[in-house]
Amino acid sequence: MGLVLNEDEALLQDTAEGFFADKAPVKELRALRDNRDELGFSQALWKEMAEMGFTGVLIEEEYGGVDMGFMAAGIVSEQMGRNLSASPFLSTAILAATAIREGGSDEQKLSWLPKIASGEAIISLALDEGAKHNPDNITAKAERSGNGFKLNGSKAMVIDGHVADAFIVAAKTGSKEEGTETTSLFLVDPKSNGISTERTIMLDSRNSARVDFDEVEISGDALIGNIGDGEHILKKVLNAGRAAVSAELLGAGSQAFESTIAYIKERKQFGKIIGEFQALQHRASHLYSEIENARSAVMAALTALDKNDDNSENICAMAKAKLGSVAKLASQEGVQMHGGVGMTDEYDIGLFMKRIRVLQELFGDASYHMNKVALSNKY
Amino acid sequence: MTNLKTFSLEVRAWLEENCPDEMRQPITSDKDICWGGRDWKFQSKSQKIWMELMAKKGWTVPTWPIEYGGAGLSRAEEMIIKKEMKRIGARSPLDSFGIWMLGPALLKFGTEEQKKEHLPPVARGEIRWCQGYSEPSAGSDLASLATKCEDMGNHFIVNGQKVWTSYADKADWIFCLVRTDNSGKKHHGISFVLFDMKTPGVEPKPIKLISGRSPFCETFFKDVRVEKKNLVGVQDKGWDVAKYLLTHEREMIGGQHEVAGSLTRPLHELAATVLGLDNGKLSDIMLRAKIAETEIDEWAFSMTLTRKLAEAKAGSSLGADSSMLKYYGTELNKRKYELMMDATGHDGLEWESERSSDGKLARTWLRTKGNSIEGGTSEVQLNIISKHILQLPGA
Repeated sequence: MGLVLNEDEALLQDTAEGFFADKAPVKELRALRDNRDELGFSQALWKEMAEMGFTGVLIEEEYGGVDMGFMAAGIVSEQMGRNLSASPFLSTAILAATAIREGGSDEQKLSWLPKIASGEAIISLALDEGAKHNPDNITAKAERSGNGFKLNGSKAMVIDGHVADAFIVAAKTGSKEEGTETTSLFLVDPKSNGISTERTIMLDSRNSARVDFDEVEISGDALIGNIGDGEHILKKVLNAGRAAVSAELLGAGSQAFESTIAYIKERKQFGKIIGEFQALQHRASHLYSEIENARSAVMAALTALDKNDDNSENICAMAKAKLGSVAKLASQEGVQMHGGVGMTDEYDIGLFMKRIRVLQELFGDASYHMNKVALSNKY
Repeated sequence: MTNLKTFSLEVRAWLEENCPDEMRQPITSDKDICWGGRDWKFQSKSQKIWMELMAKKGWTVPTWPIEYGGAGLSRAEEMIIKKEMKRIGARSPLDSFGIWMLGPALLKFGTEEQKKEHLPPVARGEIRWCQGYSEPSAGSDLASLATKCEDMGNHFIVNGQKVWTSYADKADWIFCLVRTDNSGKKHHGISFVLFDMKTPGVEPKPIKLISGRSPFCETFFKDVRVEKKNLVGVQDKGWDVAKYLLTHEREMIGGQHEVAGSLTRPLHELAATVLGLDNGKLSDIMLRAKIAETEIDEWAFSMTLTRKLAEAKAGSSLGADSSMLKYYGTELNKRKYELMMDATGHDGLEWESERSSDGKLARTWLRTKGNSIEGGTSEVQLNIISKHILQLPGA
């Protein structure tokens, strides 16, 4: 069926639930933020995630991974969402691992996948350029130069780009005039000449970077797959990213919802527990229904990826649209029902609202995916 | 799993051989739905053959035990039959409140004698049932019902009035909630009884709805004699039966739109046909966004139906989640029909014309407004979720 966890998955869920609640609860994120941590995440946590096998969840065993599939990856993402746990899991274990697994040469796999699985390497996807996610409008350019390429362009929202050991850069290759322009992916060393990286701390206290590439020389073997393979590899990478982000939204949204329910069961006004008021009860019950549907959407998307379903792209788009809307509702209702304290930094609900806002935007917001779903249904 | 695979192949072969072509055509009018009953007039020979063949297999009620007219199948096997029927577009051979509601209640609360007497005729489409629940003063607050049922020693006498009894004018028997005791709390003293609609003193009167149709009745009872053997469950404890049955009703109403959705064209197709495309996009771009949002919500909800059924199969019960399915499914259906009216514009407004099949869309649109009222309003479902799932105080 796939919409119900099997035994292994249920076990993993228990493990991940305990692990993140114990090692990376919300107060850890607060500490990273308040100490202006250089990395923005805990290296020790990342190592422990590697020991648990989480970092290698999508990596084949021959490269040191545990290869448990997308449902398992989603389970880990969901628990990170519940605890707002900061780590390079999304950038490295989901996006980069998928890109290299799907398109990398044997040599690239051998040099990077074991390092991802062991927690030694952080790799960031440099895809988007403008204010909104738009993978169909890449302007960065990689021109042939000797045996390699010369790369020019500017990337934004490069997750964990400030600490990356490598970038996976999406750039145009070929010539528009000659009708040979395609998208290709390159593994680029951040220390190469001509690269400037600006760390951008986002509103959720997590890190991205703006990265400029100015006449950067890259070698021919930096290409992932062949010229023009970028499009189909990116599809796989984005499907995985959208499903994982949806799972994280599910975790963050569920936690925001549950802590709000706990709060309205305690808070008293007018001599009553505010959870007694029907105005709140009905909104809470509506939100419960939406979160149930959100969970179904996430599980359907992860299952589609595990089955390599032909309709995966559309299913992941539907899931991302649904989760974007539902988690947003959960965070908005959460702050409102918390009342004044919901506006304070002391309470966690605001931190959930911030993380959800970032996740909503990543790899396409609800509007982006509604449009995508409409187009794929020919309307 | 191999057993299920084999079963699925058998079902496919049997359906291919036995489902008449005419019964594979999409449903276009109410007459295409087979309700059965003493006075049922089959719309065609195929409708009769199809119902009888399926009943003989026990597939009108696949999960009921064989001795009561079912096929004794598991839920997974039932899903396979449904899936295979959907594959060839087969119509349901028989729809009835006996199947959806009375059956599950009798299987759980009925005596052996009651099951033997009442279930097989339901499975064979011989007796059509209606539900006597709501009363003029007991709608959302169902437990305040007042239809009086006096214990006369060897039988009961029922006096009072029901309302919103679906197809009471066409039904053969009624399952009915009555008050046998009003000395205590309102949930106590309710009993669940069965009687023939031909019993002297029973009088159904159709109610005309805003759709112009009359699927519901007011039903009056004057000194109606009910045999003691037709009391289901314990006297005064009928609320337990009623609640159990309501969960089935909610699941049915909540899941209905999916069934209906599979028979009608997707919303976006309808809109594209009427409004046309502009550069590959629906020409009304504001409506386009609403349609996409609604279709995504429909997809997620259909995944929830599948998931909840799979979880129930794995051993957990649906419980109060049936309220969530009822609430969400009906609200979604209303949204969908609003968009269908938006998309069809002037055409959708036609009430009496051949082109509109006498206002089929308009009348269905109006009918959907009742989805979130019948079987417990959306507000009542939200109360149930608040109390039983979220455990909010005072709910």
